[in-house]
Amino acid sequence: MKDTEDSEEDSGETLKRTLRAQRQRRRRKLLEQSSVKESQHDDEDEEEVSAVQDQSVKEEPAEKTVALRPPSGSRRGYSLKPLPVSSSQKLDTFVTRHLEEKLRAARFKGESLQQEKEVSADPASRLQSLRGRDRVTRFDRETDSVKAEEDDVSVALSARVKFKEAAKRVNQGLPTANEAYNFFTFNFEPEPAEETEELRRKKRKQKETTEKDRDEDEGEEPEEDDKEDSQDPNENQSEETRLVPTEEDLFIIDQSARDFLEVKKAEYVGVKKRAARDSELLFTPSFRKAPTSVKLPENVKPRFIEDEGLYVGKRPSVSFTNETILENRLLKMEEGLEWFGDDGRILALPDPIKESSTRPPLFSMEGDLNPAIQTVFRKAQKSKYAADPEGDYQLDVEVFGLVFSHHPLFSREHVLASRLCQLYHQYLTRQQNNLTGHLTDKLNGLRNALGNMMKIHREESLTLSLQQRISEYSLEVRDTRQLRDSEQEKDRTLLKNIIKVWKEIKALREFQKFTNTPYKLLLRKENVDPASDQQEYEEEIQAEVMELEAEKEEDYQRSLAEYRKQLEEWKLWRKKQKAKRKKKKKKKKSQKLEDTTEDEDEEQEGSELEGPEDGPPKPQPPERPDFDAIEQQVKEKASKIRRKPGEAVLIPVLSASGNITDSELCPRVEVSRRQEVLRHSLFIKILCNDKKVSKTDSRPLGTDFRVHFGQIFNLRIITCPQSINLQVFEDTGSSSSLLAQVFVPAPEPSVVTGSASLEDFEFSSNQRVMFDHEGVGSDVPLSFEADGSNKVVLLTSGKLTCGVSWGVGDDDVPLAPSASQHPGVKHSGLGHLDAVTSIGASGLYDMKKIGEWAKQSRLDPNDPKNASIMQLLKVASSGEVTAPEYFRLEHLQEEFNFVTDEELDNSRRFRLLRLRNQGVKEFRNYKFIPALENEISDKVFQEYERRLKDGETVDTREHLDSHRALVAKYLQKIQESVMNRLLFAKHRFLLSDLVVEEEIPSIGNKVPVLLKAEKLDSLEHPRQNVRERDRADVNHMLKILGINLFKLTEPKRPLKPQRKERKKVTAQNLSDGDVKLLVNIIRAYDIPVRRPQSDKAGQSSQPAIHGSDWYLNQVQVRPFVEVSFQRTVLQTTTADGPNPSWNEELQLPFSAPNGDYSTSNLQSVKDEVFINIFDEMLHETGVNDKERGPSIHTQVEKHWLGSVRIPFSTIYSQSRIDGTFKVNTPAVLLGYSKERSHGANSGYDLLRSVSEGAFITLFITIEPQLVPGEPVREKIKELKFDSQEHERLLQAAEKFERKAAKRYPDRPCITTVIDLNGKTVFITRYIRPLNPPPEFLEAFPNNPQEATTLVARFVSLIPSLPDQVSFSGVCDLWTTCNQFLTLLAGDEEEHAVLLCNYFLSLGKRAWLIIGTAIPEGSTAYVLTHEQSRYLIWNPSSGQFYGQYDTFCPLQAVGCLVDADNVWFNIQEYASPMRMSFDVSKRKLWKPFFSGSFPHPGLSSVQPEELVYSRTDEAAAAELQDRIEKTLKDKIMEWRPRHPTRWNRYCNTTLKQFLPKLEQSRGQDVAEGHRHELQRLLGDYRVRVTAAQTHTESVEANTNRHVFPPDLRIPAAHVLLRDPTRHRGRVQHRRPQHPRIQRGVRPGCALLVDVRDVSLKAFQRRGFVRAGGRGEFAQPGRQLLQGEIGDLLTSRQIQVLQRTTSSKKRPAGITTIKKYIYCIKTTVLPHSLWEISSKNNL
Amino acid sequence: MATSNPSVFLLTVNGQIEGADFPEYDNLYCKYCYVYGHDWAITTGLEEGITQITCKSSLSQTLVWNFPLETSFKSTNPSGWPQLVVSVYGPDVFGNDVVRGYGATHVPITPGQHTRTIPMFVPEPTWKLQKLTGWLLGRRPEYTDPKVVAQGEGREVTRVRSQGFVTVSFHITTKDMKKMGYDTGPCNLQTAASVDQPCTF
Repeated sequence: MKDTEDSEEDSGETLKRTLRAQRQRRRRKLLEQSSVKESQHDDEDEEEVSAVQDQSVKEEPAEKTVALRPPSGSRRGYSLKPLPVSSSQKLDTFVTRHLEEKLRAARFKGESLQQEKEVSADPASRLQSLRGRDRVTRFDRETDSVKAEEDDVSVALSARVKFKEAAKRVNQGLPTANEAYNFFTFNFEPEPAEETEELRRKKRKQKETTEKDRDEDEGEEPEEDDKEDSQDPNENQSEETRLVPTEEDLFIIDQSARDFLEVKKAEYVGVKKRAARDSELLFTPSFRKAPTSVKLPENVKPRFIEDEGLYVGKRPSVSFTNETILENRLLKMEEGLEWFGDDGRILALPDPIKESSTRPPLFSMEGDLNPAIQTVFRKAQKSKYAADPEGDYQLDVEVFGLVFSHHPLFSREHVLASRLCQLYHQYLTRQQNNLTGHLTDKLNGLRNALGNMMKIHREESLTLSLQQRISEYSLEVRDTRQLRDSEQEKDRTLLKNIIKVWKEIKALREFQKFTNTPYKLLLRKENVDPASDQQEYEEEIQAEVMELEAEKEEDYQRSLAEYRKQLEEWKLWRKKQKAKRKKKKKKKKSQKLEDTTEDEDEEQEGSELEGPEDGPPKPQPPERPDFDAIEQQVKEKASKIRRKPGEAVLIPVLSASGNITDSELCPRVEVSRRQEVLRHSLFIKILCNDKKVSKTDSRPLGTDFRVHFGQIFNLRIITCPQSINLQVFEDTGSSSSLLAQVFVPAPEPSVVTGSASLEDFEFSSNQRVMFDHEGVGSDVPLSFEADGSNKVVLLTSGKLTCGVSWGVGDDDVPLAPSASQHPGVKHSGLGHLDAVTSIGASGLYDMKKIGEWAKQSRLDPNDPKNASIMQLLKVASSGEVTAPEYFRLEHLQEEFNFVTDEELDNSRRFRLLRLRNQGVKEFRNYKFIPALENEISDKVFQEYERRLKDGETVDTREHLDSHRALVAKYLQKIQESVMNRLLFAKHRFLLSDLVVEEEIPSIGNKVPVLLKAEKLDSLEHPRQNVRERDRADVNHMLKILGINLFKLTEPKRPLKPQRKERKKVTAQNLSDGDVKLLVNIIRAYDIPVRRPQSDKAGQSSQPAIHGSDWYLNQVQVRPFVEVSFQRTVLQTTTADGPNPSWNEELQLPFSAPNGDYSTSNLQSVKDEVFINIFDEMLHETGVNDKERGPSIHTQVEKHWLGSVRIPFSTIYSQSRIDGTFKVNTPAVLLGYSKERSHGANSGYDLLRSVSEGAFITLFITIEPQLVPGEPVREKIKELKFDSQEHERLLQAAEKFERKAAKRYPDRPCITTVIDLNGKTVFITRYIRPLNPPPEFLEAFPNNPQEATTLVARFVSLIPSLPDQVSFSGVCDLWTTCNQFLTLLAGDEEEHAVLLCNYFLSLGKRAWLIIGTAIPEGSTAYVLTHEQSRYLIWNPSSGQFYGQYDTFCPLQAVGCLVDADNVWFNIQEYASPMRMSFDVSKRKLWKPFFSGSFPHPGLSSVQPEELVYSRTDEAAAAELQDRIEKTLKDKIMEWRPRHPTRWNRYCNTTLKQFLPKLEQSRGQDVAEGHRHELQRLLGDYRVRVTAAQTHTESVEANTNRHVFPPDLRIPAAHVLLRDPTRHRGRVQHRRPQHPRIQRGVRPGCALLVDVRDVSLKAFQRRGFVRAGGRGEFAQPGRQLLQGEIGDLLTSRQIQVLQRTTSSKKRPAGITTIKKYIYCIKTTVLPHSLWEISSKNNL
Repeated sequence: MATSNPSVFLLTVNGQIEGADFPEYDNLYCKYCYVYGHDWAITTGLEEGITQITCKSSLSQTLVWNFPLETSFKSTNPSGWPQLVVSVYGPDVFGNDVVRGYGATHVPITPGQHTRTIPMFVPEPTWKLQKLTGWLLGRRPEYTDPKVVAQGEGREVTRVRSQGFVTVSFHITTKDMKKMGYDTGPCNLQTAASVDQPCTF
């Protein structure tokens, strides 16, 4: 097509006409066709057809106009314009024409559009044509303008576009029916008009522009293109209109219209065909693995290197498909096979990626490097040695020469020669030393001295000292002689050897007929005078013989004496034997007469046997020495070791002046040896600190095997060398080998060049060398004997002569390092002078080392300081070195003392520091020990010293009672010893002491400690909680993990919160005010109710008032609770009724003494929490003030009803107190009755009676929770206390306890306890029947039950002192009953043991219960079995409970103990109510001693019997007086402004009353008593309370406890410590109760009842009577527990002491047990005072 | 107060807990306290303190507190020289506040400027299961008292794992020490400047 066009272009204008004609023709045809098509396509209506025909007819003129128009073929030129044009001229004309045509066409179009109504038909045909063209021109599209293509693409884009296409088609050809339909159904209405309008406008413009400026046409065109862009629809249209004819023109050129409009099928290239075609160009690697054979060269089998055992790195991981693709790709390549390895796989390097990072992780602070590996810039600096002026050292190493003592190339002669040389050298040195002569002189001197001594003292008897000296001398003579003899022998053998070797050499030279060595030995003879020599010799021998004889004689005498002694002994023994035998004989004779003969035989045998066997052997008498033999011996010896008399003295002289035979004369082997020698040369390498420094020249080995170097090397060094090493190398022409190494020590700093001497250093090498020539080789056996025997093995060895010294600088300063740098004397410059630092402490015992040191350090022998050392060395060198027979421990100790001990003792500061370090009580927390001595005053120590001094004396002043003071001291001592023992334990830490860790078994709810917020909730059912806890424990182990994992999903704030353990607070960071005591008062039961009151006592019993109406109308009681702790008093609101419910929380601040919150201090806090219940009474006093008008005054009274007392130590150790407690109510509460309220039916009475008394439910805890001192207790168990128990028993006990604790962690199990001596004792030893005081038994002879209760009461009255308080909670010590009664104090265990023992002696079945109770915590109770029921006794209160008593304070039973066994509770429940006490049941109780481990029969630690004595009545009375007086004084002191009068009448009344109280043992006073009392004190309205208390407080400080002067202020204030302060409070309070004060009638009485049960156990009762309106106050327990209690106790003990001492006198020594008991229920009423407030108030 | 014969000497510690390097943890805070002997007392300044919580940024992986320390001690005896005890806490995966490290260092004795990098450690659970539960429940073992790390007693029963580092800078000033016979000064200035090196223990 293109070609045709081009050709057409070329054809020029001539063609154009024909073209035009053709076009016209075609146009006509086209029009016709379109009309035909339209008719065909338009509905089948004939009318329509006809109409179309009409139209076609009408079109005719238009057709004509078209024909007139210049042919649109010119426009083809336009469309082809981008194509290369042959000539511009042509183009110009062509363009102008084309434009004209365009204009014309436009005009024609406009006309035709106007004329014809179906202009729209045109587009349809154009569309058609366009389609056709599209298909046709697909493959030659290059000619098409891009625009056309764009249109194609956007065919379906919009209606408008479609319209355009349709329009195109109209022009191009006939549309199909469908197309036509589409065309007509489209709504193009508005557009064509617009379009045509625009078109027309545009054409016009175009025309104008073309007319105006034809030249610019070419430029115009692109502009138009631009316009086309902006006027999209229009332009497209116009372009299409232009395009279509162009194409038509192209087709027209050689084709007819028909041909041109050929509708072709869409051209489709089949997939296969295309694939085939593609395959020529494209390559798709297959996913399939190529067979291995392809990948390898032909006929090569794959080879797997890995299988051949070679290492093949791990290939990097590539997915299989990728690998095969790559393989296939490579296979396709020409040289692809190169990429494959022998195994048919692609070559691959090993995987370079390491599995783990090899580079250490870098943590950096600044985002860069770790400081440790950071590069730090340091300024270049000179070495620190350089900084030293002497740092530049010079070491001069002089290598002088080398001499071989043996060399492989030695000939035999050489070997002998060198041996000769050595011997000669030895000879020379010996000659030089001349030891023999020296010793001979010494010997002669000694002999002379000895002889002189003997001579001088011949006549006189020798003194002892002289004898001593003589013996010493002779001893020395002997030693010296021996030494001399050996030396002489050596000399002689040496000489002999020299001669022998020389002879051998000579023989060898003879034999081999040549000489190798120049040595010649000459023996110079020195003739001596034979006569004198002979004489000398004889003399010498004679002297020696004499000496020897003397020695022998001496020995003989000595052994003779020894013999005699032994003989004596032997004789004595023999005599005895004989006597014995005689006895035996006699016996035997009497027994067996018939066997006499045999006996004798036996005896004989016996004597024979016994003699040598049993007794000492009969000594042999020593032989007399044979003096002739001695002479003979001496002579022999002399001949052996000495020159014979008259023999010439031989002096060997060795000279090297001999000739060596020339090589020519030697045999061949020798020649080759000599040649070999010449080949050898030697050099020496010098190494300093193992670094080669230098090397000498190589020097040939001389025939004499000497090498001379003579070189000096100057080494410049900066540090003292650690080692200087000279390596000898042998160079044998081709190779050099290391022969030997010589280590040279670094020289002393004082050794400098010039002064240094050359030294010989021996070296040797064990190299094996053999030769086939004359050389003997090295390490080869060599024999000089003819038969080859006596072989010697010679090793290469020699001597290196060299010198090492420090150089000298220009200014004559030695260039040597200072001594401190010297490695040999690193320690200090004094190293030489200090033996210890120089050779080490252990070296002190090594004489050799000391000797060496002495030599090295050049001790001055004349220095007296060194005298001892020199002496020591003398001895050492004499050869008889004996190690000292003692050793010094810590002989270096002095070096470490920085002051002397004296100074340390005298210095106050050091003393203070030491005492503090030791943990002495006074100084333990001493802060700021002054830095200067003079700032410490002696006062600091005063107290401590006084304590030390007063340790023994007893201060009775403080205690008012000597016995009590003694006991206190005793306790203190025990405490101290225990503390000391535990000091060690405290420094042993367990993991739990240091690390808080959730222990797995306790993650759950094992130790539920309440959160503050949840407290109330849990308080509701304390018992239930216990049960739940138990149950939880059972399943605990299973749940641990499950529960805890569930917790993760728990809501953060659950609606029903669970108990969570409170965080424990360590005591260190606490201060006052941080800790609070939380007391929750929940409720109370059975509070005593008021009795009807009346003015007169008589009326009170009127039955009318007791009517039920009265009860209903009257307020029974209005109780409230007041809690006092330390100095705080808080109270609850007032509730109503005998069973009130308060539910209030009180917070009391807690402050530890001295602000020390350490565990030990907290444990020893003795404060108690007092919980008092009061009745609030309101009195209306009516109108009594007339001056101010009528008014009503209300009086508020507090009536004390009872109290509960809980020690802080209990709260602290248990961390919380939770439960219902029995209220300690007074025995007599006047005005109140303990009877139930009216609701109490008789049916309940039985049950109720079990739980007599009032109860209060409490919850007490400390906030925050303090860490209790438990770990200390645990630790004490770890400590192995010494014990007298059998080891096996202890182990079993430990095992038993451990098992028990593991299975039931909350049940206490005790098998062993610690007694007062700190020894472990098995618990059953404590149980033994002990007799109670006989009075108890006598008191109720017919009623054992009464006696039992009496005993229980007695025990309960013994004061209780918790161990935790006394021993700072460190451990629980058990005392025996004896000790218990002596100490007058003990805790629950002691009480329980005593009670149990008493019960046993009463014939009951009784056990000790180890369990937990409220509020004591872990405690001991007593169980008795009576009348088929079990009773539980609380030993500290004397109360007993039935097993099923709800109010029994015992909560859990851990184990039972009796005298024979221990049973551990293995039942499901531990609560006494729910368990069985039948210990015979193995399923319920696990016994300690069972069949497998029977009871070993442990004896008891208890005494057999307790001895009691009676109370001294007079002393008791005296005591009462004293108490009374003290009380009176105190009370008056407290009321300084008011006179206090004492009511005698009251006294007498109470005097009668109180004994009855005691008889009732504190139980409810019968109604009668009360009435009696009221009658007796008729005029007064009396309210009496009786309280009972123990003496708990051992510490007796009379000034501490204060009784309130204002009796209306309740007892809770009693504990206020400071009287003055308290008074202030009282005064402050008074204004609050003016009315009360005013109305008081005189007569307020405090009545103190002192009853002695025993001197140990006593009871006091306080009665308070308030006169007048009934105001009163009661002291309660608090009053009595203070100094009054101590008064009483101490008083009584004084009495007791007195009795003891009186008994002591006659008996001499009496045991302390004697005074333990005295009994009489003495009632000692003391009327104290009467307050007369009539006027003064 | 220029007394010629002083009875106490003073030690002033200025400085700051600069930051920490705990590669695995974030959102940490630090508590510090001093442990000193009987003869020491703090005259001014805080004895213990707690820093803000700090997070790592994407730029720097270090935790920065820059928490100032400013305390003056007085003493009569160098025994019981104060130690700085730092303990670092932060949330674990479940948001529980757990301990991330304990560490201690003596307050430098020489006057001047010092930087100490304190290696930190935490006690290890006694056995594996505990480790797991501890991790799950956020209850890791902790020292009963952070001051434990300043004492040597009883440490043999614990096992610890190292965690990270805390960097503290000190500026030490002393007064009257020389007068009382204690010479802690550096032998020369050169060595004083090169003291800055991580402490090792």
